[in-house]
Amino acid sequence: MTTHSSTTEVSGEPDRAEDRQGFDEIHILWISEGMSCDGDTVSLTAADQPSIEDLVLGLIPGLPKVNLVNKVLSPSLGGEDFLAPYRAAARGELAPFILVIEGSIPNQNIIEGDGYWTSFGNDPETGEPQTLNWWIDQLAPKAWAVVAAGTCATFGGIHAMAGNPTGCMGLADYLGWDFRSQGALPVVNVPGCPIQPENFMETLIWVLYHAAGSAPPPPLDHMLRPQWLFGKTVHEGCDRGSYYEQGNFAKDYNSPKCLVKTGCWGPVVNCNVPKRGWMAGIGGCPNVGGICIGCTMPGFPDAFMPFMDEPPGGTLSSMIVKPYGAVIRRLRGFTNELVNHEPKWRHNKRKLTSGYDPYWRP
Amino acid sequence: MTTTESRPTGRKPPQLVDMSWDPITRIIGNLGIYTKIDFANREVVECHSTSSLFRGYSVFMKGKDPRDAGFITSRICGICGDNHTTCSDYAQQMAYGVKPPRLAEHIVNLGEAAEYMFDHTIFQDNLVFVDFCEAMVKATNPGVLARAERTDAPRGDIHGYRTIADIMKAFNPFEGEVYKEALKVSRVTREMFCLMEGRHVHPSTLYPGGVGTLPQPTVFTDYLSRLMRVIDFVKKAVAMNDDVFDFFYEALPGYEEVGRRRVLLGCWGAFQDPDVVDYRYENMNAWGKAMYVTPGIVVDGELVTNNLVDINLGLRIMLGSSYYEDWVNEKPFVTHDPLGNPVDMRHPWNQTTVPVPQKRDFDDKYSWVMSPRWYDRRSGDHLALDTGGGPLARLWSTALSGLVDTPYVKATGNSVRISLPKGESLPETTLEWRIPKWSNTIERDRARPYFVAYAAAMALQFLEEAMGLVRAGDTKVFENFEVPDEAIGCGFHEAVRGVLSHHLVIKDKKIANYHPYPPTPWNASPRDKFGTPGPYEDAVQGQPIFEENGPDDFKGVDIMRTVRSFDPCLPCGVHMYVGKGKTLTTLHSPTYGANHG
Repeated sequence: MTTHSSTTEVSGEPDRAEDRQGFDEIHILWISEGMSCDGDTVSLTAADQPSIEDLVLGLIPGLPKVNLVNKVLSPSLGGEDFLAPYRAAARGELAPFILVIEGSIPNQNIIEGDGYWTSFGNDPETGEPQTLNWWIDQLAPKAWAVVAAGTCATFGGIHAMAGNPTGCMGLADYLGWDFRSQGALPVVNVPGCPIQPENFMETLIWVLYHAAGSAPPPPLDHMLRPQWLFGKTVHEGCDRGSYYEQGNFAKDYNSPKCLVKTGCWGPVVNCNVPKRGWMAGIGGCPNVGGICIGCTMPGFPDAFMPFMDEPPGGTLSSMIVKPYGAVIRRLRGFTNELVNHEPKWRHNKRKLTSGYDPYWRP
Repeated sequence: MTTTESRPTGRKPPQLVDMSWDPITRIIGNLGIYTKIDFANREVVECHSTSSLFRGYSVFMKGKDPRDAGFITSRICGICGDNHTTCSDYAQQMAYGVKPPRLAEHIVNLGEAAEYMFDHTIFQDNLVFVDFCEAMVKATNPGVLARAERTDAPRGDIHGYRTIADIMKAFNPFEGEVYKEALKVSRVTREMFCLMEGRHVHPSTLYPGGVGTLPQPTVFTDYLSRLMRVIDFVKKAVAMNDDVFDFFYEALPGYEEVGRRRVLLGCWGAFQDPDVVDYRYENMNAWGKAMYVTPGIVVDGELVTNNLVDINLGLRIMLGSSYYEDWVNEKPFVTHDPLGNPVDMRHPWNQTTVPVPQKRDFDDKYSWVMSPRWYDRRSGDHLALDTGGGPLARLWSTALSGLVDTPYVKATGNSVRISLPKGESLPETTLEWRIPKWSNTIERDRARPYFVAYAAAMALQFLEEAMGLVRAGDTKVFENFEVPDEAIGCGFHEAVRGVLSHHLVIKDKKIANYHPYPPTPWNASPRDKFGTPGPYEDAVQGQPIFEENGPDDFKGVDIMRTVRSFDPCLPCGVHMYVGKGKTLTTLHSPTYGANHG
């Protein structure tokens, strides 16, 4: 079992004759009507560095003015009032905009006759529900950038597990992995179930700096994930990793030790959550006692189920590390005992024994 | 055909306008509202509710390892996924015959208390209250705003705002100071949540059999210090809400009719008592009554039952307007419960979900939501219970039952008393929520901040008990178990917006059947096969319109207030159909500037 955390540059600078002028103003059209739970939108509201209100109120220097359109936060009345910017964008009358998709993309082609898996508003002509797929087909080619928020939108996620009835998939599966937006960017994938709040916010801000003309496109890996966020494994940032190195494994969830033998996939999962925590450095997964179930990964969830069993590769690697770890742990134990003693000259007797010599010369 | 009797009025010839809102904003999930409004008599004549999303959890969970169920079902909901994990773990613990250590129960209770505080705060202050903010009231009832500017806020000494209009201004989206503070408070409370359950919204440290949370003094210290940082905000929120809602009743006589339903409330109980609960079905009535939020069904103000066994056996999943094939001819999974009581074919344990995507037809099938009902043996009715958005049913059932008696929360039989300690700027405070006269929009919304206070108060007790165990060296948080070859289980819990139950059948150590019933199917259900409308439909249908705008610039704020008062949290909707002998005069969708901003 190898860890793939190397990265491949796929998003070069767009071809252009002269320096592109940045945008002063940009819309973010967010659609959570994929097969989603809206958990990525909710996670976004947890971000504090920066926060959603900082972004909307223009408190981040150097960004274009941002008009965020998101169903959960929208002060609008809903219905056509809320859909107006989406309709305008579909007609090509609103540009530039960043399209954010949340949720898995269903396969409408497997439905015979009328019907839909998920819809977003109605077709004004017919009054029938307008499928999510129609909206993506209309908006993605016109979007300056397309961002997939959360594992459902990036790779299909939970709703795309074996036995699912909807045939759903991720956005890049739907649009094609070679898709390029108006701004010459591939789909920007920010996986996580849900997104780690600041991971998403940081990526969005980078895209916005790029839109402002003051930054290159964000560096993405071969799965179109931001390299600086997903280039390391959970294990590489986990405070329990040192238990692993000492061959010291938890047998159940009562233990502060490494959780590999109780179902943690951290050593092979690309994610920075243990390092970053969930909010304000608090929480996370294996670092706070929750097994890593690989929720940021393209293979999620099927490759990691049943979640609470030891990963197949964990048996061998933990067996190899055990004898080494046991020796190292013991040796460290001796040294630890040693450095737990104060030197002998700290006492209250009548004689100073610290080796003090006011006339000492080398 | 409605559950709630209609109101006699001096009728004028109807002036009917078809109005729809799809999607509804400021909720979780997609919801479209389709209504017919009679502007001559200023009331909503008809209303349907429809969901436009199918994902199929019950379908793809079949054959999976049952221990995965808590991790998977969390993904049903993006704002209260942890309620699902908790409920699933309850159901699994019953099936596996395992009881988590006491400290694990406290940690789960603390996590859930933080979830209630976070979720109700962000929903009430950042989503619901936009409908009551100055900008919205100015656009819909300018006369009311003018009056609010002249009206002193009675509880100004607590919340610091001089007039009612000042409070309304503080809730203007993205600009008002309470709106902005609520977002910050919703982060502090989520940090509390993460201390106990690892991550929000899909927890990482919850397992069947207990938790993986490290029960070091530090997590409790970190939790307590954050709780005390927001305790005064909680007191102020209750005062502000009471002021605004009392004012609405005064300024708009008759507003109690908005969103009013017959009192048909269900609550499945929350916060296990670790000393009583053993997760055995045979003892479920006893440990259910020991929960710190009392389960109960309240019909017309009377308590029908507190027994979780009765509640469980009365569940009926009806079809009628939903895009599914019926399963009555399938083989049942569970014919009798562990006590030997017969289990109905329409019970979630016996349900088979077969989706049939089809054209939306408001006269026939128009929703992805099924119609959960509770069978009342006394009358033979299939009751379309609602959750009152969660807090209303929880407080009502708890108050009426009079069973909860703790240092911080006491149920009196007609009210709930909640004591909160001294905070940075406000003294120790005892709040009292009294059973209201109506189950309506305002009372659903008013109950919400009270329940935030309730959760905060209970969290203090759980903290004290948890710290006591930790200091005594009792730090076990997980109990091992074996997955049996065959078993059944059910979990009863309160999701943030109301009743939540999970129903699990295990065969050959695999999931043979799994059906979760969250609150929104109860609230957002379409008409069942008897023609009984679901609670949104019923509450909106027949409600008066107080908005001052006519059909041309109608915003529908009274309808939106009603729908949001239920705290919709799933793709779900409300649809209109044209009833017999009624003709539509115009077709129109309301716009609110319809600008691109």
